[in-house]
Amino acid sequence: MLLSQLTASDLLKQLQEKKIKAAELVSDALHQVDQCDRSVGAFLRVNRDSALAQAEEIDRRRARGEKLGKLAGLPVAVKDNLCTRGQPTTCASRMLERFVPPYDATVIARLKAADAIILGKTNLDEFAMGGSTETSALGRTRNPWDLNRIPGGSSGGAAACVAARMVPLSVGTDTGGSIRQPAALCGVTGLKPTYGRVSRFGLVAFASSLDQIGPLAQTAEDCALLLEVLAGHDPKDATSIDRPVPAYSETIREPLKGLRIGWVREHLGEGVSPDVAAAIEEAIKVFESFGAEVHEVELPHARYAVATYYIIACSEASSNLARYDGVHYGYRTDEKTMLADLAEERRSLQQAGKTDALDDLDSALVRMYRKTRAEGFGAEVKRRIMLGTYALSAGYYDAYYLKALKVRRLIRQDYDEAFRNVHLIVGPVTPTPAFGIGEKINDPLAMYLFDLFTVGTNLAGLPAISVPCGFSRDGMPIGLHLQAPPLEEERLLRAAYMFQQATDWHQRRPPLLDRQMAAS
Amino acid sequence: MGEQPYTIVIGLEVHVQLLTESKLFCGCSTKFGAPPNTQTCPVCIGMPGVLPVMNRRAVELAIKTGIALNCEIARFSKWDRKNYYYPDLPKGYQISQYDLPICRGGYLDLPDQDGSEARRIGIIRVHLEEDAGKSMHDEKAGRADSRIDLNRAGTPLLEIVTRPDIRSPSEAKTFLTELKLLLNYLEVSDCNMQEGSLRVDANINLHIPTDNGRHVATPIVEVKNMNSFRAVERALTYEAQRQYEAFLETGHRLGDVPKQTRGWDEDAQITRPQRSKEESSDYRYFPEPDLVPVTVSDAELEALQKTLGELPAQIRRRLQATYQLNAYDSDVIVNQGRAFVDYFCQLADASGDGKMAANWIQQDVLRTLNERQWTIAQFPIAAAELAILLRRVKSGELDTAKGRLVFAHMVDHRATVDDAIQALGIVQVDETELRQLCAELVANNPRVVAEVKSGKDKAIGSLVGQAKKRNPNVNPARVKEICLELIQQEGS
Repeated sequence: MLLSQLTASDLLKQLQEKKIKAAELVSDALHQVDQCDRSVGAFLRVNRDSALAQAEEIDRRRARGEKLGKLAGLPVAVKDNLCTRGQPTTCASRMLERFVPPYDATVIARLKAADAIILGKTNLDEFAMGGSTETSALGRTRNPWDLNRIPGGSSGGAAACVAARMVPLSVGTDTGGSIRQPAALCGVTGLKPTYGRVSRFGLVAFASSLDQIGPLAQTAEDCALLLEVLAGHDPKDATSIDRPVPAYSETIREPLKGLRIGWVREHLGEGVSPDVAAAIEEAIKVFESFGAEVHEVELPHARYAVATYYIIACSEASSNLARYDGVHYGYRTDEKTMLADLAEERRSLQQAGKTDALDDLDSALVRMYRKTRAEGFGAEVKRRIMLGTYALSAGYYDAYYLKALKVRRLIRQDYDEAFRNVHLIVGPVTPTPAFGIGEKINDPLAMYLFDLFTVGTNLAGLPAISVPCGFSRDGMPIGLHLQAPPLEEERLLRAAYMFQQATDWHQRRPPLLDRQMAAS
Repeated sequence: MGEQPYTIVIGLEVHVQLLTESKLFCGCSTKFGAPPNTQTCPVCIGMPGVLPVMNRRAVELAIKTGIALNCEIARFSKWDRKNYYYPDLPKGYQISQYDLPICRGGYLDLPDQDGSEARRIGIIRVHLEEDAGKSMHDEKAGRADSRIDLNRAGTPLLEIVTRPDIRSPSEAKTFLTELKLLLNYLEVSDCNMQEGSLRVDANINLHIPTDNGRHVATPIVEVKNMNSFRAVERALTYEAQRQYEAFLETGHRLGDVPKQTRGWDEDAQITRPQRSKEESSDYRYFPEPDLVPVTVSDAELEALQKTLGELPAQIRRRLQATYQLNAYDSDVIVNQGRAFVDYFCQLADASGDGKMAANWIQQDVLRTLNERQWTIAQFPIAAAELAILLRRVKSGELDTAKGRLVFAHMVDHRATVDDAIQALGIVQVDETELRQLCAELVANNPRVVAEVKSGKDKAIGSLVGQAKKRNPNVNPARVKEICLELIQQEGS
């Protein structure tokens, strides 16, 4: 059981030193998937045969002394909204259940070039819209720490597979907290890079101005390793940043000196569970023990972040998801049934002599659009498309979308101001640990408010990391949120590394694994 | 014109496809006529997860057009999404420019029409956007399938919107002709309406004078589906008359009814109301988050300015000033394009007679090009060589008829003037020899001489005929001149 004991960095070292083989590692990963994914449900698909074949090929190449990529032989899980050439990319939606892209996302191409082994595609909220992975149309993912609780979302599968030690590395996406929040709830480390640091090409868009791809792993060190491969300029993404990628995995061990960290009063106030608040306060003390100064900072517009986020994200989503119309690819309603229904409706209207209603009857094309989208999308996706369409409509645009853009600018300015005095802002990732499956699914507003601490980072385009920092009294993981100025991923990783050198929260394993060990 | 009891007010929206090698946001070819859906990629067919990357060349062509149309060029412009559903719009939105177009506020001067004063048509804006695909509706019995060709999807389009400054259907045609010429000179677009690289919609209404010296405006109608410049003229002529009659009948004024869209029916030669694409068009424009704004530097603007070259209006003025051409002649030459103008100028300079060069180039050269479907680049006679021929004709060495024979021979055999003359057996008759011949004829034909003296000039033809019989190479015009001269010298 290599995976349950070792981090990605350890495994990579052992692979390089030929102490272990990639094929063993992949077999181990597949074994672990067999052992626990029936209950966790992190994966939508596992590339069993191709992963093994690829691992054997890497072992042969290593034996021949060939130069191998940076992640050679390490199994990596990929969220199923990242396009994989020739393999289904579903976004956990009926709409794309059978969609097979003829191209790789840039991050997939980079992983392949680094000789990483793509073990499978992980579950998510449909089109990454949700915070619990419950809106997935294709499967349920459970929190490995408590199978009755949600793993968080939308990268729920991505976090759960790392927590259950099925893979050492996992790639997620974060539009409003979708890497950091499940990382926190599943007790793993997850980093959302600066907007533009990682190419979005091949990431099926939810909200283009907020989406970012990032790593999830057990440790900050492993995140650094993966981010080094994912990050970098891409001419295929006009919003990608053309700046060299630092050697994150090399600089991560350098301690930060003279560190000034900031905290925000509201982040530890009302609505935050006592367990979470206590864990964060403890974490701040850990930083103090390194000699860090702690200052209170203000983010005055933070309380508008959730409203601003949902207007902007939904507006962009309403446009981004317009392409799923049943015309060119993806799901299309059954035409025969649709045409027969339409004919029947026409007939009955004619018989009833309702000429006005007859005039208003859908054309076949419009009916095809309606039925395809009604059947292909789930409730949360429809809700967001409607919200966004409304916010962009004539007469509402100024009051909603335009206003949201203005507030977004103010939120960004708040951060600029705060970062004049401190190097990092620390706080909780979520107000409470993971909640129960089904607990909030019928209360969208409660679900949206759960994003309170993470969406500001996306609105401002900043990098942030979630680091395990404790447990609730009932044994659920709690995440520490570190936010940094643009392109300061290095600072985040170094701070997280220091923290993880002084704590062992990230090394704790879900009881599920121990039960499993005992059984085997 | 002038007879109708109203003023026509027309504004045009012109879409032209840009002559870029590749599409606006991906690397696919923009060539016309390829088999359906062979010039597509995941980006232009809007597959999930792909992203647009701007083609800078398209921006450059838009800026060139803006400069030539006297517009203000935006140093900062951005892209917006125009959202609507249509099967040939694969993303469900078109990437366009909404509130910050690349060019704003300019004008195009129409060439002087004989007698009328120069007209200036204002340009409101010029912006870039991507084209949609094409839907082909197959409505054969029993099936109603529509097929979609996405080759065109993503081709760069320039939308040029005029002020409502156009005052007649023929002026609309003149504007389009001049715009097309300008864009051809700029190498921005080939403006081929048959291939859809130029499309035009018109907004038209009437201002009808009232007794109190003011006027009422009729509802504005957007006219679409006009497939040639002539169709534009006809459709607008029809529509103006229709609006006048509708006004007399209903009294509807601007604002009384919603704006209507009508399509030109070429077969019936009428406009018909069209069902709008969407019931109400709320396009929900918002800034395109996948693209960064377009910025234009001073250096770039200057560099582009330099690539403009001399434009049609300037060339017309130069031809008229330098070669004393009239408006008509300069127009014909300029309409043929830059290479033709260059050829003309070389010919005019080398022959020393602009007017003569204009005549030859319009009658002989152009006819040859048309007959043989050649461009001026394919024309086998160099301007310098043709100038030699013109000088010989001018000096009387060759009469015009012979000059034409020589010209035809030069074209057919890629021959020089001298080679053609030799090949055709045209022998130059020495002036002294010619005078001697004429003197003999005058002396030997007293009756003809008497007739000429009595005022019957035509009688001289008999002398020309005899001269040609004795020497087929004589220039008949010259024989006539010399004989008349000799007869006059004889005195009465």
